[in-house]
Amino acid sequence: MDKVVRLVSERGVVLFSKSTCCLCYAVKILFQELGVTPTVHEIDQDPEGRELERALMRLGCKAPVPAVFIGGKLVGSTNEVMSLHLSGGLIPLLKPYQALC
Amino acid sequence: MDFPSTQFVSSRTMGTYEPIHQIGMWGENFKSISNPNISASVIVDVANKLENESETTSHEMLASTSKHDQEASKPFDKIQRRLAQNREAARKSRLRKKAYVQQLEISRLKLIQLEQELERSRQQGLYVGGGLDTGHLGISGAVNSGIAAFEMGYERWMEEQNKQICELRSALNAQISDIELRILVESGMSHYFELFRMKSSVAKADVFYVMSGKWKTSAERFFSWIGGFRPSELLKVLVPQIDPLTDQQILDVFNLKQSCQQAEDALSQGMEKLRETVSATLASDQMGQGIYVPQVAMAMEKLEALVRFVNQADHLRQQTLQQMSYILTTRQAARGLLALGEYIQRLQALSTLCANHPREPA
Repeated sequence: MDKVVRLVSERGVVLFSKSTCCLCYAVKILFQELGVTPTVHEIDQDPEGRELERALMRLGCKAPVPAVFIGGKLVGSTNEVMSLHLSGGLIPLLKPYQALC
Repeated sequence: MDFPSTQFVSSRTMGTYEPIHQIGMWGENFKSISNPNISASVIVDVANKLENESETTSHEMLASTSKHDQEASKPFDKIQRRLAQNREAARKSRLRKKAYVQQLEISRLKLIQLEQELERSRQQGLYVGGGLDTGHLGISGAVNSGIAAFEMGYERWMEEQNKQICELRSALNAQISDIELRILVESGMSHYFELFRMKSSVAKADVFYVMSGKWKTSAERFFSWIGGFRPSELLKVLVPQIDPLTDQQILDVFNLKQSCQQAEDALSQGMEKLRETVSATLASDQMGQGIYVPQVAMAMEKLEALVRFVNQADHLRQQTLQQMSYILTTRQAARGLLALGEYIQRLQALSTLCANHPREPA
């Protein structure tokens, strides 16, 4: 859990992912379209990946990946990200981290 | 398939690792998996439980070891080594379980094909009775009944849908109060959400069924995107029907359209990647080995992601409807729902027309 907390407080937009997960890939594409480059942690390539997985699920994610954190706070999985985006709430959260065109 | 029965380091820990011994034995049971009555899912559940127990047991062991040693503290190294060994053991256990499950899936495939062949022979009167009782449903029975239940449910759903469309039509013409109209709008929305729930349920049984849209008419399937209508398409149908819009509404609808399109694109690209992954998995390694190979089981694992995509697409549809209902007035929402319902009815009419269109011989 400590590692999760440490990893998310480092950078603004953090995505926990697995290199084989296609839904994670979809979330990466979405952020790309919104002009944001999240810090991606592929937990299947992390030796402590299982602990990270457990920690993420204890935080309330039904599936450990994809898990999105913005500004150190858990936004959620694909469901929450999509709902937030459609309701117009995602872009304001991302504004400080969007690349200047 | 070989299952080495034990992995663990010191004899002191053997006592608490009994569950692992059982995993070794369960591997042996597999070798004679001639009993078709063992449900594969039960075996996987047991395997899951054993795996979880073994991982927590190893951590508990470690904690109690550290507590009981009263010296200043065990050297940091020893603890780290113990942790690493536990991780390694757990990893190997997981790999064994994965291989076991793959073999189970292959056995399941063989069994289903045998059952189907048997059924065909029975129907042709070639095979009368016999020792192997496939039950009246067989191993694929659960899936078939899930699909049958869904199709019956959908028929009822469609009847209710058509009723609601008629009600909306007459309500809008009759100038009823906003409060009564609100009730109709809410039922209309819930009705769609009910369909998404039904789809989620049957997707667990057979995700390809949901992807194929078999329960729908051909014209509806023509426009299908990940098992249903495209959310952006939905907006295109709705918006012209709900004029006039206020300036704020125009802005909100524009933003919704854009975010919807972006979410759709992301999911579409994810789906493309999934197709590539499944295809690569199926085709991997040497061909010429027939169909009872691990590749098929491995591809099945990848397909679990497809269930998530289908659910995600339905979630997107639901959110699109939801957001529209926030942006629009009751009356506009009612007109929107009516427009959507009638659009689907027209698609269905198109299918009927197409299927029954007389063709001149060439």
